[in-house]
Amino acid sequence: MNNYSLTLESVSKIFGRRLVFKDISLQMSTGNVYGISGCNGSGKSTLAKIIAGLISPSSGKITHLYNDKKIEPENLHDYLGFVSPYLFLYDEFTAEENLYHFAKIRGIKINNTKVDNLFELFNLSDRKKDILKGYSSGMKQRMKFIFALQHSPQLLIFDEPTSNLDNAGKEAVYKLLEEEGKNNLVIIASNEEVDLSFCSNVIDVEKFKIV
Amino acid sequence: MKAYSLFRKDWQSELRTRYAINALAMFILVTISVILFSIGTEKISEYLTGGLLWVVIFFSAMSGLSRAFVSEEERGTTLTLQLIAAPSTIFSGKLLFNLILVFLMNIAITILYSALFESFVIKSFDLFLIAFVLGNFGIAISSTIIAAIISKASSKGTLYPVLSFPILLPLILTLLELTKFAMDGNSVGDSWVEIAVLVCYDVIMLTASYLLFDFIWKD
Repeated sequence: MNNYSLTLESVSKIFGRRLVFKDISLQMSTGNVYGISGCNGSGKSTLAKIIAGLISPSSGKITHLYNDKKIEPENLHDYLGFVSPYLFLYDEFTAEENLYHFAKIRGIKINNTKVDNLFELFNLSDRKKDILKGYSSGMKQRMKFIFALQHSPQLLIFDEPTSNLDNAGKEAVYKLLEEEGKNNLVIIASNEEVDLSFCSNVIDVEKFKIV
Repeated sequence: MKAYSLFRKDWQSELRTRYAINALAMFILVTISVILFSIGTEKISEYLTGGLLWVVIFFSAMSGLSRAFVSEEERGTTLTLQLIAAPSTIFSGKLLFNLILVFLMNIAITILYSALFESFVIKSFDLFLIAFVLGNFGIAISSTIIAAIISKASSKGTLYPVLSFPILLPLILTLLELTKFAMDGNSVGDSWVEIAVLVCYDVIMLTASYLLFDFIWKD
């Protein structure tokens, strides 16, 4: 059974002298889609990065548990799938080569069926042998979802998941959210109301700015 | 194995983009040509050629070895690496890449150097080989960790040689000494103190790099 949970205890982040947010405490678990909302510059991406272990909080504690076993920060990448506008894949490689290298570096075998299904879902099957340099921004965004899901992670963090996507791309993401939300823990940081409509709980970062 | 996979990714990327290889090859050719032109027909002393060899190696390393981390930062793929591997895997992979690059670069420099400078004669080949191998390890380890540090800074190009100089100085000085001994024909046994210094330098730098890398890599 996939039982992933994460707990944030009084998490605060300060950049220089600017308080981004203060004392965020919450608990999240598998089978739910959570949302992080807030206006531009409110700290949605910062909170998403802190949860993903990419940056440290100024104070507070984050605990990741998988089947009641604590996940050490250096192993978090094995459980995490992350998509964001500031994530870039290797332009000099083809889509397939990117995934091949990522799987090798992760130390996993490539699940061809899963990868093919993802290429199909994001309508990139006929372009998978092309180098990413020739991809449009929307295609690169689609590719990021395949990268994030390649290793079947239990925690999915999508920061502005539908940015650069056309309607078909957005539909693919929404379909994915519905499927992944049933068995995994999904967190979305977004301003789009449609994106947040998939969430059972929405955290407004703006509410955690009071000193 | 994961580190080797990262090395393979970097190597394939390097063969396609020619980020570091072209810079290194051009730098080696230009530096050796400048030295040749400045010497002209004059005959320079043996020890001076030995010293100049390590000057060429130091500056060539400065021109190409920072690419391991700087190219990731410039392309915005640092985050991607953070999402697929543990810090120790990333450091090991990048170190392996720089080690291969340093060895290829220094072998090319030494061969070119031996062919072009008549006064560069090594009498004790085994001593020079030991110094060369240990020196290459030291240069690769130091330049990899310094590359990781400066990749986050805004003035990367200037900072790299400036930060590298004090860290590589004890290594270069010891290598100069050992090259001189090798030119004099000293045996390995006569030079064990300098060899021990090189081994200590490599071990200390490697340990410190693995300990430090976690902090450098995050945030």
